[in-house]
Amino acid sequence: MSAVVPHREGALGAPPTLPPGSRIMGTETEFGVLAPGAPSLSPTQLSAAVTTAMLDVASELGSRGAGAPWDYVHERPLEDARGFSMERADAHESQLTDEGNVLDARQIALEDGDAWAQLKEDSSILMNLVLGNGARFYVDHAHPEYSSPETTRAWDAMTWDLAGDRLAARAAQLAGQRLGTEVLLHKNNTDGKGQSYGTHENYLVPRSVPFRDLVDGLLPFFVTRQVTCGAGRVGRGRRGEVSGFQISQRADFFENTVGLETTIRRPIVNTRDEPHADDARWRRLHVIPGDANLVPTSSLVRLGSTSLVLRLIEDGLAPRITLADPVGDLSRISHDPQLGALLVADGGRRLTALDVQEAYLEAAEEHYGGSEHAEAGSITWWRRSVDALRAGDGSAARFVEWKAKQALLEGYRERGGLAWDDPKLALIDLQWADLRPGKGLAAALMVRGQVDALAREDEVELAMVTPPADTRAWTRGKTITRFPEAVVAANWDSLSLALECLPQLQRVGLPDPWAATAAQTQGMFDDGARVQELIKALRGL
Amino acid sequence: MAQERMQGKASAWEQAQVNESEALGAIKGSRDAGVDDLLDEIDGLLETNAEQFVKGYVQKGGQ
Repeated sequence: MSAVVPHREGALGAPPTLPPGSRIMGTETEFGVLAPGAPSLSPTQLSAAVTTAMLDVASELGSRGAGAPWDYVHERPLEDARGFSMERADAHESQLTDEGNVLDARQIALEDGDAWAQLKEDSSILMNLVLGNGARFYVDHAHPEYSSPETTRAWDAMTWDLAGDRLAARAAQLAGQRLGTEVLLHKNNTDGKGQSYGTHENYLVPRSVPFRDLVDGLLPFFVTRQVTCGAGRVGRGRRGEVSGFQISQRADFFENTVGLETTIRRPIVNTRDEPHADDARWRRLHVIPGDANLVPTSSLVRLGSTSLVLRLIEDGLAPRITLADPVGDLSRISHDPQLGALLVADGGRRLTALDVQEAYLEAAEEHYGGSEHAEAGSITWWRRSVDALRAGDGSAARFVEWKAKQALLEGYRERGGLAWDDPKLALIDLQWADLRPGKGLAAALMVRGQVDALAREDEVELAMVTPPADTRAWTRGKTITRFPEAVVAANWDSLSLALECLPQLQRVGLPDPWAATAAQTQGMFDDGARVQELIKALRGL
Repeated sequence: MAQERMQGKASAWEQAQVNESEALGAIKGSRDAGVDDLLDEIDGLLETNAEQFVKGYVQKGGQ
């Protein structure tokens, strides 16, 4: 049985054993949910049914998801990265994510026996799960949501994101069997009728970087990033009131450049600031304008290019571009699949979205182009995406998601002589993101080898049941799988464990996302290992 | 082994994947949008009543 090995930290917090450019990151996906055969079931009921079914899916896979309730104690949704807090009374109710809908976080925090005894009684419908792969799966108001475990580079974030799609698809299938009506999940971001729901990314960023620098460096990048990784959409405007195709699912739903909200008055740079790590050293950059990607290369480029741009900002190497109208540009670019739209930048310069992307890409290639860099693969695909889009020859349809969707729609339109407002085209847009095996059109293109699948099948399957080995998600996921009866609650940065021999809950902090890795917990989850030893070891980290 | 690769090192496999995709792209030719096979079969995959399905696709707003 081995000991826990502490690590030394590199300059930006990553252990020196990891390649340069490693960064803690992860994704959050809110799925569209629908039961066409049972319109009386509310989306919240459907989401709860999917979440409840997920427990059995995880068990079937041998990883034991646990119905461990989420512990909201450290959630601070009103904390603003600019250094102030919103008054609770001024907040929209959807912003109060720390008020758990299943249990009162403070009850758990009391560490008395009553709170969790009562929870165990109430286990028939589950609203919140921690999974054996270290992810969280829960009901976010009217959508099921998968929050991936912490990973250290874009390739892994892509892999655990794909694993989430597979898990969600299985849970929806099982929920449908139980309800006696098919439950459909869509990995998209709008219903085409005015509503949008998010696909968020999270990146750990040193607090020493002034937030103003992040905003300045990120705004032009986020506004233009859609050209390399947008998912494509039929209809323009929030309700799709203007017919036609656009690059992004999300572009029409943003009203601000910088702000705290995520459900109303959405900002391009979100200031929600909860690092789930040492506050003094870290902030978590919560990225909300991105599209949900079915095409893995687009996920990789979305996550990898963003991590690289953050590194450029951290190192003071980001290109200096100021757009005159970032919010307007977001839609302007999205509504221009020809990619010719000119953006007004500082000093009256005119740039296309590809020009802006290429400026960032060139800087990343220049400074982080080494083959040993954690994002070497992301740079390759980012470059390939920009070049293929510039060439305009259709080759991008193999790996840029909106181009693949556009090619399918254009092909179908030509064959049938259809107008852009034909419901069949809107259906293709929706069914593109259908997670049911055999139904989803993005998946169908990959099965036929017409779009690059990129991700490795055995890795995705492993990621459904195994946490990333190089972050604290390892300990979260493995503890759930190995000691499910002991886990009373979990959070990104803590576990609450109940032991037979002790009357009180044992709360174990996991404040360092780089710690409690597989290397540091060797033997702790083996046959015959005891949870007491694990607690002791984690407290010694 | 996959688990070792997940510790963070870019693998030879990833590079192979990049090269293979390049080769495939070259074979397919740059004008091939690559969706023809699916277009031949797509009507068999699509929901039967497009208008009804699209009309019924209503979601609540999220984050």
